[in-house]
Order: sequence, then structure tokens, then C-alpha cells
Amino acid sequence: MRSRCCPRSVVAEPSLRIETPLDVRLKETGFSPGHPLGLFAKAHKESGGIASFVGQVRGGQAHALELSHYEPITLPAMRDLAEKTAERFALDGLLAWHRVGVMTPGQAIVLVAAAAPHRRAAFEATDSMMDHLKSAAWFWKRERRDDGWHWIEPRGQDHADLARWKTD
Amino acid sequence: MAVTIVYLGPLADLAGEAPTSLPAPLDWNTLIDAVGEPLAAQLENDRVHVVCAGKVLADKRQLFAQDGDEVALLPPVSGG
Repeated sequence: MRSRCCPRSVVAEPSLRIETPLDVRLKETGFSPGHPLGLFAKAHKESGGIASFVGQVRGGQAHALELSHYEPITLPAMRDLAEKTAERFALDGLLAWHRVGVMTPGQAIVLVAAAAPHRRAAFEATDSMMDHLKSAAWFWKRERRDDGWHWIEPRGQDHADLARWKTD
Repeated sequence: MAVTIVYLGPLADLAGEAPTSLPAPLDWNTLIDAVGEPLAAQLENDRVHVVCAGKVLADKRQLFAQDGDEVALLPPVSGG
């Protein structure tokens, strides 16, 4: 039997490859946004601009946040949203990674990055993608406070933000 | 074979003794009767969606699940 050069636990993240033009993932474990973002920029060298957003678990009264999803629809709906966003803003590429499971304050929940010929499209696509993910994606969220777990519903502001992108 | 029932998010907390499997074919009224209160009242809420065999139903009251289907009950989303 061949031995490994080093234990699996200390091997750095396996070589990461960014899919183009769309890279949409649900992440069961924590990730560092800088790594995929750097590779996304590398994969879109011809683009005029890249905008990105990282959502993190807010510190404060919640000690932990748990996001649950439903496998058969959550990722397909995120892919569909990414396709529509890329088409609407004529993007060169779009990356959307979303955590599921239990997270603690400071950890990344979501990473969105948009590559476009010009900056405005990249900014707007990132903003639009986030507004849709915040209020219309198939996730259920609860947070653990001093007195136990509490389910969270979208804020009125999240729905108002989403309404900004209605085209009709 | 039967129909598997999956309760998501806050509905899972309410599910308690509610069935995780029901005989096929399964329609909406049979499901509502089987889950009992307080779940039944929640499921009637227009913001609760139903997925059958991987598809979100446009009208959940038209549910007609077959042998081997999974029916998921989705409360209003929290967003990411």
C-alpha cells in the first residue's frame, strides 16, 4: 500500500477550480472568500471590472446562525437565478457561493462576484444577486441567542430591496 | 412504497408526531387530515409552498403524489 506524503488533515484545500461563466455552490463547511475571489479574477482576465460582496455572520446577540436548505430545489434555484442575473447584466462571469449549516459570528455566509466589461454592470449584478438571495432563495435561518434558537424571517427592508429589480 | 413527507425549517419544530410517510397516492386533503393541528393551519398559509418529486407546485392544493415521491413542506423562506 502506498503511503501518503502527509496526513490528510494538514493538506491545504484541494486544488480549487472556478467554473466559467457560472460558479454556483452550496458550501457545507467554512470557506475563506479571498481564495475563490482571486481565482475568479484570474479566470476573467479580459473583463473590465469585478465587483464582489461577502456576507458574514453579524456579531451581537446571536451566538450562532444555522442555515438549512432543501437539496432538490435550493441549488437548482440558485443556478437559475445566476443564469438570469448573468444574462440581464450581460456579465462575463458570475460566482455565487452560499454556506449552509451552523456558523459563528465573523464567518462568511455568502460570496458573490460578478465580472463584466464595465464596472456599473458588475456592481448592479452583485447587488441584484444579493437582494434575490436575501429574500427569495430557498433557505431557512435560525439563530441561537441566550434563550435558545429563534427562526428568522426576511425583514421588510429585504422585500423592498428586492422590489428595486422588478422589470415590469 | 409510499410517499415520504419532509418538514422544513420551523415546520419541522411543529411536526412532532406528524407522519413522515403516508400511503400513495396522496392528495392535499388527505395530507392536511393526516398531519393534524397545528401543522394543518400552517400548511393552509399561502406563503407555505409544497414540493413534490423535486418540483415546486404552482397550486399546492393540486398535490397528487405517487408511490416513491418525496413531498416537502416549505415554510416562508428566511433568505440567505
